[in-house]
Amino acid sequence: MAPHTLSSPAPSSSAPSSSAPSTSAPVLPQPAAPTTTGAHGPMPVPPPRGPAGRALADVLLRPSPGPAGDLVTEALLATFDDAVVAALAATDDLLRDDDLQVTLLTLQELHYGGLAGVDDRWEWSPELLRTRGRLQDAQEAVLRELVPVPDVPAGATAQEVAEALFALTGAEGGPGLSTYLARTATLEQAAELVVHRSLYHLKEADPHTWAIPRLSGVPKAALVEIQADEYGGGLADRMHAALFARTMRALGLDDQPGAYVDHIPAVTIASLTTMSLLGLQRRLRGAVAGHLAAFEMTSTTPNRLYGNGFRRLGFDEEVTRYFDEHVEADAVHEQIAARDLAGALAVDDPAVRDDVLFGAALCLALDTWVAEAQVAAWREGRSSLRRPLPAGDGATRDGAA
Amino acid sequence: MSGAPTRVVACPDGPLLVRGDFEVVDADGRPVERTRRTVALCRCGSTGIPPWCDGSHKVVGYRTPRTAAEDPPRG
Repeated sequence: MAPHTLSSPAPSSSAPSSSAPSTSAPVLPQPAAPTTTGAHGPMPVPPPRGPAGRALADVLLRPSPGPAGDLVTEALLATFDDAVVAALAATDDLLRDDDLQVTLLTLQELHYGGLAGVDDRWEWSPELLRTRGRLQDAQEAVLRELVPVPDVPAGATAQEVAEALFALTGAEGGPGLSTYLARTATLEQAAELVVHRSLYHLKEADPHTWAIPRLSGVPKAALVEIQADEYGGGLADRMHAALFARTMRALGLDDQPGAYVDHIPAVTIASLTTMSLLGLQRRLRGAVAGHLAAFEMTSTTPNRLYGNGFRRLGFDEEVTRYFDEHVEADAVHEQIAARDLAGALAVDDPAVRDDVLFGAALCLALDTWVAEAQVAAWREGRSSLRRPLPAGDGATRDGAA
Repeated sequence: MSGAPTRVVACPDGPLLVRGDFEVVDADGRPVERTRRTVALCRCGSTGIPPWCDGSHKVVGYRTPRTAAEDPPRG
């Protein structure tokens, strides 16, 4: 292993960093001081990657006209819708289509933290909702074609659904991303993993939170219990998104949402746009529950391995706390999510039972596609990002194998 | 939570999930630091973060015997 360089621990850290190298480390950007709240502004409009995204950017530059309308904006909205229709007709792989994934991500972000410099009223623009509906419906159709509903006998109890989910999520397979990180990844590759994950983990838990008011009874209580823990149990600096931001800073990475969005390949974006399209539609509440259950059920072992990988690379608790926390937290969450969320919902609400199972399978499929692309790139000696990280962000060029 | 009894869920093939008002102490009675309201206590013996569960029961294939209620006869 070549000697590597990394940012020193954040100034507030008093933990001994016996494993952190101190010999002749070049000066690298210091991580921003940790905030106590983790609060941040809206993300910048993601740079477009094609005609649909450019047409959307043209719309979002303008104020939302409201019911009165305005001819120029209406023309730009029509141009945008036409561009999406054309791009949907032309694409042969929506999940890996850079232009359409960035476009959908941008539209959905209007419902989360918003976009810097963009009129918040665009969130409920009927025209943008219509165009977003085209993208989401097309994506859902592709996913339903690619991901079969797991077979679980009708009349299964909540416990039996939970057991089926544990069997599904425990099956061997996958490209071995976490094992690669634990044993093989270079510092640069480890930083890339964090950049891929930053898209979701800086808003960790938010896509599933949309489902809370759409549920009731035991499944609702279960989801609230999980999400409350995800959001730090009332302590802002324990929010999982805040812990992830801290890991990014300790690696010398920019923790502002969207800082690396232009580096992130379409298929990674598709995993978030899928979560959001599930969360934003009441009709798909079953799939949200199944998705979260599978997410929690496939978390403890990979996070242990990620933590081990960063320790192998010489990082201390400032970087690994996020991963270590998830080993403990998700061992709790998976039990709640399997039985009281997914299992109970499948029994209580037969209309969404198959979607609970579909959502779980979807989570596994998306994880696999994202991980396959990363591991394949690294095995071929390439960056797994659209372009490598700027020198000094998380790793130096010299540190790469 | 006040007024409600502390509740322990014996998760089939998994940990003991504990909710409510409780304190976890070690063998000498010293409090174990707890950072979340609901905890999962290891019962398979394979955890790396005792006394908490870390999901290792799935790796080692830990199985709990089923109670009659958990394993009803099939019709």
